[in-house]
Amino acid sequence: MTSELLVGTKKGLFVLRGDPSAGEPFEIANRAFPGDVVEFAMRDPRTGRYFASHTSGFYGPRLMYTDDPAGEWTQAEGPAFPEGDDAQTLERIWMIRPGEADGLLYAGVAPAALFTSTDDGASWSLNDALWKEHQAGDWQPGAGGLALHSICPWPGDPQRLAVGVSAAGVWITDDGGQTWRSGFTGLVPEYMPDDAREDTNVLCVHNMHRAPTRPERLFMQFHGNVYRSDDEGSSWIEIQAGLPSGFGFPMALDPADADNAYVIPLVGAEDRVTPDAQVRVYETRDAGSTWTARGDGLPADEAYLTVLRQAFGSAGEGAAMELYFGATSGDVFGSPDAGASWFQVHERLAPVTSVRVA
Amino acid sequence: MAMVTLRAPLSQRTGGTSEHDLPGETVGEVLRELERRHPPIVGWILDEQGRVRPHVNVFVSGERTNEGATVEPADVLTVLPSISGGSA
Repeated sequence: MTSELLVGTKKGLFVLRGDPSAGEPFEIANRAFPGDVVEFAMRDPRTGRYFASHTSGFYGPRLMYTDDPAGEWTQAEGPAFPEGDDAQTLERIWMIRPGEADGLLYAGVAPAALFTSTDDGASWSLNDALWKEHQAGDWQPGAGGLALHSICPWPGDPQRLAVGVSAAGVWITDDGGQTWRSGFTGLVPEYMPDDAREDTNVLCVHNMHRAPTRPERLFMQFHGNVYRSDDEGSSWIEIQAGLPSGFGFPMALDPADADNAYVIPLVGAEDRVTPDAQVRVYETRDAGSTWTARGDGLPADEAYLTVLRQAFGSAGEGAAMELYFGATSGDVFGSPDAGASWFQVHERLAPVTSVRVA
Repeated sequence: MAMVTLRAPLSQRTGGTSEHDLPGETVGEVLRELERRHPPIVGWILDEQGRVRPHVNVFVSGERTNEGATVEPADVLTVLPSISGGSA
């Protein structure tokens, strides 16, 4: 059975196709936006529409969509900040995520803001309430900028949503984005002095996902820790014991198992490569009590890879779940069996910024 | 009317046409009129605040300018990518 990957890179979007059960490299079916950084690409399963956010070094960022990635792409109307609104300019589109209503999509951008579309991504408008929190809150950027990069809808309820911001923490709405509250109890920003941690809002969320079958549960890759919340994001407990490092960026979940999460640790903030020169994905099936290394088929020595925030995608669920991730080395790896075994999907692409299964 | 000259890929956003006679008293006004007539180029030269993007150069009759520069009817606006743009 053929799978299709959308791999965003620093030099365009690569559409890869192949049979993961064969364990052979995928073919490049198409390359779009050559020369531009493609920060994120995904396909909305409801409509089949493809989206790609890309940034020209000359002409700025934009969101494109198409029904055929080998055909013409249409530029969306936005996301763009309202003219005259504190003179903000869109820097990057980090994430596009389908919402829980017909035609509803979200986009997370830098500078950190949430945009909403109600027409299947053709046009976008700024969430004013969260933007006011941003303006009032002295939000600070992480190394990758001030980015809203994680968007976690609540299955079946478009009124409830949580978003993650680097470095301004977790923001939660229960009324469709009209009001927002932050959730931070238990998060430990070890990069801050002890006496400044309690009151700081400089909370560097690296990635956040909601467990679909138990939506009050969220998993988070933080700057130096991995956390779980069982109360919708209001409070968090550390779950990184058993990992070689609490530092990393990407995360994936098995949508059928609320106790499951996958992370790809890096050595640390000062050395952002895979630990022990080995590439390993770590899996928990008990909500973070224990972690198991999954590296069968991945590079086992002299491998110093960096896997970025959006460069880890999945499809399906359970033992047959497909997992794919890409590195800044240009390598892409895949697993047809939920991480039990791995194969090289492609090598020598440009540095990979995002991976999603179409 | 001033004339705006574009190269690819910008000219591809304006129906393949590289020369455009447009009204306006400033660079910003002329380029906004270009956007009005050719919506696919919205956001490519000017950002959403109406400023020339940092890695785009707009020359008026050979002199590099910005969105606030005055334009005379006989002026030629040449839009080119800056050598500071792009990435390795």
